[in-house]
Amino acid sequence: MSRIKPSMSGRLAMLSLLGLTLLTGTSRVHADGVPVIDITAKRFAFSPDKITLKKGQTVKLRLHSEDVTHGFFLRPLKLDQEIPAGATTEVTVTPQQAGSFTIICDHFCGANHGNMNMTIKVEE
Amino acid sequence: MKQPDRRSFLKIAGTSLGIGVLYSAYPTATASGEVGSFFSDLGKASGEKVAPFSFVQLSDAHVGFNGPPDPLGTKAFERAVEMVNALPQRPDLVLFTGDLTHDTEDRNVHIERMKQFQEISRRMNVPVIRHVPGEHDAGLDSGALYREFFGESYYSFDHRGVHFVALDNVTRAKPEIGSEQLAWLKKDLARFPKAAPIVVFTHRPLFDLRPDWEWFTSDGDDVMNVLSAYDNVTVLYGHIHRDDEHQIGSVHHYAARSLIFAFPDPNGISGPRKPVPFDKEHPFKNLGLRTISFNGAQQPGTTPLSIEDVEVTAREFRGINGVHQFLRNPLV
Repeated sequence: MSRIKPSMSGRLAMLSLLGLTLLTGTSRVHADGVPVIDITAKRFAFSPDKITLKKGQTVKLRLHSEDVTHGFFLRPLKLDQEIPAGATTEVTVTPQQAGSFTIICDHFCGANHGNMNMTIKVEE
Repeated sequence: MKQPDRRSFLKIAGTSLGIGVLYSAYPTATASGEVGSFFSDLGKASGEKVAPFSFVQLSDAHVGFNGPPDPLGTKAFERAVEMVNALPQRPDLVLFTGDLTHDTEDRNVHIERMKQFQEISRRMNVPVIRHVPGEHDAGLDSGALYREFFGESYYSFDHRGVHFVALDNVTRAKPEIGSEQLAWLKKDLARFPKAAPIVVFTHRPLFDLRPDWEWFTSDGDDVMNVLSAYDNVTVLYGHIHRDDEHQIGSVHHYAARSLIFAFPDPNGISGPRKPVPFDKEHPFKNLGLRTISFNGAQQPGTTPLSIEDVEVTAREFRGINGVHQFLRNPLV
């Protein structure tokens, strides 16, 4: 899969043009023009732990596990993705409702699994 | 088979024991008329003679857990065992709704924790102890070690006119039942009449209680669709380390307290889940057991299942005045 790899300033400019604000983390724009946000899962946190999306804006979330298998679950945005141990997977989302949502790891990954989550804020 | 309505079967009246829950079941073996006829037919369907009995629910002992917020280890669990043995009426059953042990990646350590759990639980003077796994027992190895110690993770059995169903919503590592178990559940319940008393026990709530704290089962709606065909279903669960009552349709859901530490009421808390801080003055506060009585239907309009929660107190921990139990307001 080919990706454009712009500089950090270039990325931010593109994201801004697309009406997408990314607070933290690594972002890219896919060859098809869809923004890509990299999210890393590692016991017992996601990094970044907060992103902001635009309602109706399609993005790809590129999910990578640095250790064991994790889950990536948020029913309101129909996100239910397994992130296999040490692997990377992608999920495309187009938020249809604004608000602040908590994504959880729903694949038991150890003692502090219950608090492994991150926030997605969806703006109008 | 003519079937009495729900209110002729079920009542959850409550007092609180704090380390679990005692339930009493008194199917009306002496009832006459329509109700008596129904119980007679039900006994034939289940192969179990309908008769009064009580049972206890224990949950979330997390044997092996150490550290904040609770430095007491297995003390609450052990005290719960003593309380069960001190009950005036010996319960027929103990149901343990998961997280018997705390997770560890070291298989040998987990084996020792499961052995310790069994050693403590076997001190209970009860004929039968049944379990379901919690994610801390079974989430890291798909339930392999749990099965070695406790057998299958989902199953059913009949006891004195009540059909008990153990559901596993942890061994797939995710909070879900899965299609295979769901198909089994449908088949298992198919032989029962609409009004049969059914007690489901599982670890996680089968409804969306607090999804961002993982207090849910993702395919719980599918389970509820199956259970909604029956009028007298009670679901007992653990996981949330606090008591909670919820009704969905005709199905009543009750969460038991933990035997290690408590979680707070999620209402009004927007952030992450944090345990209730340890209280040195009241080290067993909010921990407890539940007793349940199944009363049968002596009279139309009366209901037979009652729940008592009993809390272990600081006095009990200090061993000054022995077990101090107190009653709580009826749940229903």
